[in-house]
Amino acid sequence: MIERSYEKYFRQNRLPHLWCPGCGNGIVMKAIVQAIEKKGWSQDNTVIVSGIGCSSRASGYMDFDTLHTAHGRAIPFATGVKMANPNLNVVVITGDGDCTAIGGNHFIHGCRRNIDLTVVLFNNNIYGMTGGQASPMTPLGKKATTAPYGSIDRPFDACKLAEAAGATYVARSTAFHVQHLVKLIADGMDNKGFSFIEALVQCPTAYGRRNKIGDPAKMMAWMRDNAVMKTAWDKLSEDKKIGDKFPIGLFYKVEEETYNDSYEKVRDIAGGSLR
Amino acid sequence: MPARLRAKKFLKVVERGFIPTAKAGGIRRVNLMSAKLMQGNEAIAEGALAAGVRFFGGYPITPSTEIAETMAKLLPQVGGTFIQMEDEIASMGVILGASLAGKKVLTASSGPGISLKQELIGYASEAEIPAVIVNVQRVGPSTGQPTAPSQGDVMQARWGTHGDHSIIVLSPWSVREAFELTVKAVNYAERFRIPVILLTDEIVGHLRENVELPTADELDIYPRRTPKISRAEGYQPYAPDEDLVPNVANFGEGYRIHVTGLIHDETGFPVGSPKVTENLIRRIHEKVSRAEEIIEVQEILMDDAEFAVVAFGGTARTAYEAVKICRDKGLKVGFVRLVTIFPFADKAIRELAGKVKGIVMAELNFGQLVGEVQRAANGQCPVKLCAKYDMTIFEPEEIVTSIEELIREVTAID
Amino acid sequence: MKSEFTLKLDRCKGCGICAAFCPKQVLALDKLGKIYVADSEKCIACGQCELRCPDYAIFVDKVKEEKESVT
Repeated sequence: MIERSYEKYFRQNRLPHLWCPGCGNGIVMKAIVQAIEKKGWSQDNTVIVSGIGCSSRASGYMDFDTLHTAHGRAIPFATGVKMANPNLNVVVITGDGDCTAIGGNHFIHGCRRNIDLTVVLFNNNIYGMTGGQASPMTPLGKKATTAPYGSIDRPFDACKLAEAAGATYVARSTAFHVQHLVKLIADGMDNKGFSFIEALVQCPTAYGRRNKIGDPAKMMAWMRDNAVMKTAWDKLSEDKKIGDKFPIGLFYKVEEETYNDSYEKVRDIAGGSLR
Repeated sequence: MPARLRAKKFLKVVERGFIPTAKAGGIRRVNLMSAKLMQGNEAIAEGALAAGVRFFGGYPITPSTEIAETMAKLLPQVGGTFIQMEDEIASMGVILGASLAGKKVLTASSGPGISLKQELIGYASEAEIPAVIVNVQRVGPSTGQPTAPSQGDVMQARWGTHGDHSIIVLSPWSVREAFELTVKAVNYAERFRIPVILLTDEIVGHLRENVELPTADELDIYPRRTPKISRAEGYQPYAPDEDLVPNVANFGEGYRIHVTGLIHDETGFPVGSPKVTENLIRRIHEKVSRAEEIIEVQEILMDDAEFAVVAFGGTARTAYEAVKICRDKGLKVGFVRLVTIFPFADKAIRELAGKVKGIVMAELNFGQLVGEVQRAANGQCPVKLCAKYDMTIFEPEEIVTSIEELIREVTAID
Repeated sequence: MKSEFTLKLDRCKGCGICAAFCPKQVLALDKLGKIYVADSEKCIACGQCELRCPDYAIFVDKVKEEKESVT
């Protein structure tokens, strides 16, 4: 066998990863390095920044400069990296709890600034690392250790949140739709500005089991059966957008000045331009 | 920008005494000005620039805001970056990210803002990221008296963040020293790869004094530490150098390092072993505790002193006046000022307590650093607390009264 | 057309995703919970197993008939 070319983006001595059998995080981590490969980004010029949680352990396996920060804080750290050295490509890996609960404020303000980051949210609908507590993206009625009778907190749609807050590229895919996911991440990397990609992942251990959704393959089959491509979704009448159906694809894209470029103008006016 | 306008802006900068050299990332001080009326908070910003700080992340809070405002004006003039973040936590996160990408960094806050920063001060301790945090103290707890001076964050500066960690805390008593200690704070942050707290107060922060700042050639600037071997030669980002401080590479230099807040070994990757845990926690303490030269104590009128007043920061100004009043009254009282608050000056206070008949510790709080002074004095002489916490600063007479009470108490025992 | 399988069993956690999405029931889990190739003749080298393996443990390559001896 010819070794797969993406393998060079992993720290081989750190694999196998710590995620549970059937966890979707590994699929999304591979999708990210494949997108990086597609873009031709150098390993020496790319920084992976993550928060805390299952998803955020990905940074340790990826052979770049990697920064495993504190819970919820990946986007501020990444903002510092990008502003300090605009030549670096910066990818943020975060989870639903990390990004939309404890890091919620940082998330919307990163979007607002249009800082040039590619943020990939691994959405497993639960706090996995701590054993299955409800997150802001746990669907209504689903069970968690802190919602033993089913969650009554209405969940965030992180994509709508990102768009409303000013992100200039917003997309969603799933661990089932691997090639689609790779393309969306790569396109997000092309976007100059804040790119947000939500990747739905299965958590068989802390979410699936408790909610009797079955084994990992069944959870992925659920993604296959319920995800509707954006173009098709837009043509659906409202009465068809029911049950577990949800849209995937590119939701929003617009060209806006990046925060780095805006600040360079400030330096121009102040007389300290780096150009 | 038209050349004429650019020249005008350039002159403005020169008038301030600096020639910015943005591309080289440095500044050169020119001998254009003598004394200048300046506020403590402004001097901190100037000191930061002189020390090579090129990145500031902040959030507005009284009475530290002028530092952010001055940085917002000056940093883009020298090719640096100012960013106002969404909250105090983000302000701390953004500077740590920038520090890892190679910039010297600083943030500033007060009261509740400092409490919010504590989470990532812990991160900076664990991941050994150079950063300076300025705390312009105000009355607390909580919103307290936002515009009034206090020294109520002393123990927070030492122990505010979670877990076992070491920290360096410096406290200036004048506008010029605010400049100088900011330079030192940046140097120590870089040298030890540690968060350093400049613990000032509303008194010094908002104090305006005529100051002549040091010139560039009068300043020692500690450069960013760099790897001594290549990746191919087996570079390990957290392998300590002889001074126990690791030479962590900046991002983007080809070392492909991993930085984490988890306990990690010399490779930088998390390890769940008791031995690695113990080694890391011991090393981040010892790298500071072995550098005794960073503990600075100023002594005035101490040669023949029978009693001493110990103070720091803005309160030390009043304490010094009190000592002079005592001398005018013929009392043999001397003045000891703690410039470095932490690591605490154990040796200096122990020797002091062995020499004098009694110590007055004057601080603008309910009594915080007095505990450290008592511990170091170890019963050799009485240590009397002169505390004030009514949002006003000390009057010299209040400290004089405290000294006279102490003298009476000690004499009565004799 | 034949397929060449490469299994990195030290990475395999036995989640069964590859077997579940195999359209030809080529793969199965052994008694120790690791994946094995149960019926390689049926393989059409679609790559669905490799695509979704979260642990990068299974790889499948198309092999031309004349190069059969490679594996």
